[in-house]
Amino acid sequence: MISYILRRLAATVPVLLTVAVLVFLMLRLTPGDPAAVIAGDNATSQQIVEIRTKLGLDQPIVSQFFIWLTNTVRGDLGESFFFRKTVWELISDRIEPTLSLAAFTILIAVLVAIPLGVLAAYKQGTWIDRVVMGFSVIGFSVPVFVIGYLLVYIFAIKLGWFPVQGYQRIGNGLWPWFVSLVLPAFTLSVIYVALIARMTRTSVLEVLSEDYIRTARAKGQTEIKVLFHHALKNAAVPIATVVGIGVALLIGGVVVTESVYSIPGLGRLTVDAVLARDFPVIQAIILLFSLVYVLINLLVDLSYTIFDPRIRY
Amino acid sequence: MSSVKLSRRSVVAGAAATAGALSAPISVSAQQPQDVLRVVMHSDLRIVDPIWTTAYITRNHGYMIYDTLLAMDAKGEIQPQMLQGFTASADKLTYDFTLRDGLLWHDNQPVTAEDCVASIKRWGARDALGQTVLGFVEAITVKDAKSFQIKLKEPTGLLIFALGKPSSNVPFMMPKRVADTDPNTQISDFTGSGPFRMVREEWRPGDKAVYVKFDGYKPRAEPPSSLAGGKVAKVNRVEWRVIADQQQAANALLAGEIDLMEAPSHDLLPLLKGDRSIKLVEWNPLGNQYTMRFNQSVKPFDNPKIRQAVLYALNQEDFLKATIGDPEYYKVCKAMFVCGTPLETTAGMEDKLESNFAKSRQLLQEAGYNREPIVLLHSTDLQVLTNLGPVAKSLLERGGFVVDMQSMDWQTVVARRVKKDPPAQGGWNAMLTSWVSADILNPVMAGFFNATGDKAAFGWPNDPELEALRQRFARAGTPAEQKSIAEAVQRRVAESPTHVHLGQWYQPGATRPNISGWIPAPAPIFWNIEKGRGA
Repeated sequence: MISYILRRLAATVPVLLTVAVLVFLMLRLTPGDPAAVIAGDNATSQQIVEIRTKLGLDQPIVSQFFIWLTNTVRGDLGESFFFRKTVWELISDRIEPTLSLAAFTILIAVLVAIPLGVLAAYKQGTWIDRVVMGFSVIGFSVPVFVIGYLLVYIFAIKLGWFPVQGYQRIGNGLWPWFVSLVLPAFTLSVIYVALIARMTRTSVLEVLSEDYIRTARAKGQTEIKVLFHHALKNAAVPIATVVGIGVALLIGGVVVTESVYSIPGLGRLTVDAVLARDFPVIQAIILLFSLVYVLINLLVDLSYTIFDPRIRY
Repeated sequence: MSSVKLSRRSVVAGAAATAGALSAPISVSAQQPQDVLRVVMHSDLRIVDPIWTTAYITRNHGYMIYDTLLAMDAKGEIQPQMLQGFTASADKLTYDFTLRDGLLWHDNQPVTAEDCVASIKRWGARDALGQTVLGFVEAITVKDAKSFQIKLKEPTGLLIFALGKPSSNVPFMMPKRVADTDPNTQISDFTGSGPFRMVREEWRPGDKAVYVKFDGYKPRAEPPSSLAGGKVAKVNRVEWRVIADQQQAANALLAGEIDLMEAPSHDLLPLLKGDRSIKLVEWNPLGNQYTMRFNQSVKPFDNPKIRQAVLYALNQEDFLKATIGDPEYYKVCKAMFVCGTPLETTAGMEDKLESNFAKSRQLLQEAGYNREPIVLLHSTDLQVLTNLGPVAKSLLERGGFVVDMQSMDWQTVVARRVKKDPPAQGGWNAMLTSWVSADILNPVMAGFFNATGDKAAFGWPNDPELEALRQRFARAGTPAEQKSIAEAVQRRVAESPTHVHLGQWYQPGATRPNISGWIPAPAPIFWNIEKGRGA
């Protein structure tokens, strides 16, 4: 197992290096000039050239890349062109909102979707099944921002129960933090509830006809124990995969929700950085997202051994 | 098969508990402290050196924490601000400036003449008008702690105007240790002497910037008038909140989570106008001006007759209708130096900007236009600019041009417009933008009139005749002389256009009804604003 983990971790190096090269080249080859953005509308061409020199953008691309790569390997992600802050500072400042939102969302999704999926499988073909699957289709089909605006209109503007926008840091108190996350997390969780519920239903349906389920029932176990202990545990591998991918996607995919609810997280930082051509920030965040993706995939693979003891690495 | 059984009583009890929990005051609402003003500005504050960048959000930040020696009042006249006053010698070659008593920096050190001289020099190294004016200066000398002198090589009517210019780059005063920073390097010390000071530790780009009242600020005794007069901070704290989504910013205003929006998009104005809990404020009476810029370094706009044809093909109303929509917020205005200002004139423009397509086609024929496509840069992500491109394309095509409109995000436009390559190799022929009117009040400060070829702004016009007029304007001593030269400049630009002005538009702000005292000015300013009780 340990050698498997080490091999997987070692395999991340070429992945990250490939991502680094691609991102660096893409950013340099696509149109956009951070110096022109920084200088503002009234700036002269000479001022733009001076800023470009100051930022090192007048150097050949190859030397820019090697300077950046060497610094990154040393743990120095550089300084934002715009904010006069190091990229580390920006990321560490923005990571809490994104992690909070992702954790809260996936918690809601798992707590709601798995029981719904199990219930739909158990009541296959009934109106309950159709309602759950209908909700699932809606969850996939309605854009996140539409759900967001709808929830804001009802629960923030009309009822006044939650704030329209904004994020309260955990340091400001657990209750304000919780309240600020409710609407964004529910908005974002809709699609994950749909995804996980559908996957859970399919997986549970597959195992419900297995012999060990019949045996469990014959032993007189309650339906809840049969469903959640025997059926769900054996159907867990694909569900864990979906949840894992969901978490990985959430870290980088909260852009719309963060924009709608004005949450200063990594998603918003990425969009702002792309619009402003803030190269050091974009490069660092994409590398970070890639690393998170690889690590979560590793964790998902390792979790299979818990759900299915037959799996060994 | 067994099933989970719930008693009716437990269902009712559960439902009641859930309802109770949901209806409990989760408490978010709108009650906000009266000493905190929560504001959504037009963009996020990223760069905090208002001399280093011309970005308007940084200029607005400058007005929060810095002060100016002179400032423009509501009549467009320049008044002393940090200055007690100034005197000019009879030959208009020597100006003596004296600072007011009691001026302090945010670190409670006194403001000195030395600080101001260093600030003028740093500003003059960056700002286009500043560079022109410093070209007239023979020497700036500190006389004592509170006074300094500027000696000119030859008279210019621009010195006082430049030191009181209202928009980017504003000559903000900074402590000498800050002002001594290389003009090409951003400052990192945000000590000012303005009515608010920045709380640096609370500045989170992408989230908020925070300013608190500077207790040591000594306002002038006069009532506030635009950017001049007494700057009295009436709230203790101003928070610039970043809400990137305009609809959500409007929602936050409606819900009372914020107090003021600097620039709600025009499509949201009917929604805000229709709500009794919101009022719209015309805070910038000068407004803004849409502009089409030519690239004169490549064909076909290197030919003045072909540029003139554009002036005949276009009309302002179509652009303004397509972008702003409501006539309450736009004005057809043929004056390049902005309607409602001292240099307003229609000279040279009388028969132009009226979509005379026949005349446009005739001029193109005379000029030998061989139907090479005009590469028109079209910005798609800034709402106030997006619709300009299709209107321009349609009007130009009706006027006989072949137009290749290329759509892209604004930052790509910004990068592309500084490229001098031929259009087929990543260059361009025309692009559309907007100016804050306060930046284009005369031919020296307005960047698109600079016609010095490679040294001019993107588009690179090279017109010695226009340059000679601008030089004359810089030396003009009286308002009448300035007006007459401005008319000549506009006539010259009508003959050999550097750009086309496409009408004025206005951007109201929106506030909760308990907000009062927002003073009309060319930049959004937060002194004098009060926050009353209630909604």
